[in-house]
Amino acid sequence: MSSAAEIVFDRVTKRYPGRDEAAVDDLSLEIPAGAFCVLVGPSGGGKTTALKMVNRLIPFDSGEIRIDGRDIRTLPLTELRRGIGYVIQQVGLFPHMTVGDNVATVPRLLRWSKRRTSERVIELLELVGLEAADAKRYPSQLSGGQRQRVGLARALAADPPLLLMDEPFGALDPITRHRLQTELRRLHRDVGKTVIFVTHDIDEAIQMGDRIAILREGGVLAQYATPDALLADPVDDFVAQFIGGDRALRRLALRTLDELPLRPGESGPRVAPETTVRNAVSLLLELKADALTVADGDRVLGSFRLADASELL
Amino acid sequence: MDGNGPVIPNFGQGDACVTGDHTFCWGWVRDHWSDTLGPALWQHVELTAVAVGIGFAIAFPLALLAHRFRKLEQPLGAFSALLYTIPSIALFQLLVPFTGITWTTVEIALVAYTLVILFPNVVAGLRSAPPDVVEAAEGMGLTRLQVLLRIELPLALPAIVAGLRIAVVSTISIGTIAAFLLPKGLGYPIFVALGNPIPFKTEIYAAGGLAVGLALLCDAGLVVLRWALAPWTRLARA
Ligand SMILES: Nc1ncnc2c1ncn2[C@@H]1O[C@H](COP(=O)(O)OP(=O)(O)O)[C@@H](O)[C@H]1O
Ligand SMILES: [Mg+2]
Repeated sequence: MSSAAEIVFDRVTKRYPGRDEAAVDDLSLEIPAGAFCVLVGPSGGGKTTALKMVNRLIPFDSGEIRIDGRDIRTLPLTELRRGIGYVIQQVGLFPHMTVGDNVATVPRLLRWSKRRTSERVIELLELVGLEAADAKRYPSQLSGGQRQRVGLARALAADPPLLLMDEPFGALDPITRHRLQTELRRLHRDVGKTVIFVTHDIDEAIQMGDRIAILREGGVLAQYATPDALLADPVDDFVAQFIGGDRALRRLALRTLDELPLRPGESGPRVAPETTVRNAVSLLLELKADALTVADGDRVLGSFRLADASELL
Repeated sequence: MDGNGPVIPNFGQGDACVTGDHTFCWGWVRDHWSDTLGPALWQHVELTAVAVGIGFAIAFPLALLAHRFRKLEQPLGAFSALLYTIPSIALFQLLVPFTGITWTTVEIALVAYTLVILFPNVVAGLRSAPPDVVEAAEGMGLTRLQVLLRIELPLALPAIVAGLRIAVVSTISIGTIAAFLLPKGLGYPIFVALGNPIPFKTEIYAAGGLAVGLALLCDAGLVVLRWALAPWTRLARA
């Protein structure tokens, strides 16, 4: 388990030459160490630009970006980048290298020993759900989902405290995307790194993020909040519209029954503790029941009524 | 030899096949391998190797420059394309006042052609690295030089080999025209045979066949080279 980095955007502005409107406009954002921060917004909102400023693929005009308090422009470029994992939608695997060599790229740049590198490659392939034998295959022999897994393994190779991801699952089919989203969440819990994740899909943002920054056209930060706070209190019409309807139900989907103060005793049909509150409400309506019993196997934890759901909102 | 019969040059003791100018006389080939065909073949190999070698040695760094400084590609490409439009015999003639009727003249002309073929191929090869691949490499902290050496050059290999194949095959073919200037290469036996009042078929076919065989062999060799150096291109796309 490695350390995670704190990232601060301090009044950062970027204007591309020959364009009137800023791509990123006076952006200030504090991302605590270990957070999963999602940048979301309509296309052209400056998400990619903001992300690429962090590893200095794109220079900015004014303001400062700090990683653990250090201005990124004071660090040597290659050193900065080797300490940041970078995952993009097109993956960008090196087609002439095997999966193993792709994953070993940064460890080799850092001159790790052969043995340490190859052990790390195997460890990573397993971490992202591939097999050690896949190390010998070439990218062209993999499916889209497998390629993105390799992209993730490659980004994690040297255990960077920060991971930048630009719509990493945007090109995948819905089933593969969902599987990878779930696994990335788990991975984030296990490896404890700071992640900045870009998407244009608000549902993906709500599912993945601890914190969500909504950028609107012109690169202006519209709101920066937890998914729950965002659904509860959109600051303006733009945010409300961008988030969409069913906000109460979607908030309930963020919680599971075992997180709630349950009523004592047994009442009604049994459900598992990891059922989301939204699904519990749906079940109550469907079964025309007054209450549900929350039980972990044979052990009864308590019961849940419809009124308990509205208490949460 | 009387004035009315076919005039066949005296290639030693020509047998019936030769004096009758049959379609192809193996005996003649065997008898004249060591004094005519063998040396001509060897000269042709040398001519080609030097032309492609020097052409590549010039084209490669120029292509690297054009790749690094994109503004240079246009002028460099235009210049080499201009060279290509000059017919080879005319180019030989243009060079004679400067370099005389020499091996150098021939090589300069041939190098010019290989340059025109190799330069755009190497540039295209270097450009063929997909933008997302280069972006990922840069994002991971590879330096410019590392991106060139570890990513762009290996990915350029198939295009470079493709350029070499065209350069080698066309140099072997254009190289036969060098015989207009110098008694060298596989063009020379053909030139001599054509000079007879009745062209001597065997010599033309033998020298021409050797040129074709040499071209095919070199081409196959380069295909094998690509196969060995670029294993990822052997795979079927998933
Ligand atoms: N290289 C560039 N040159 C000029 N304008 C650009 C460039 N890249 C992006 N832009 C512009 O900057 C704005 C933000 O783009 P981008 O950061 O890619 O947004 P997003 O990732 O949110 O879709 C857009 O208006 C886009 O057209
Ligand atoms: Mg984008």
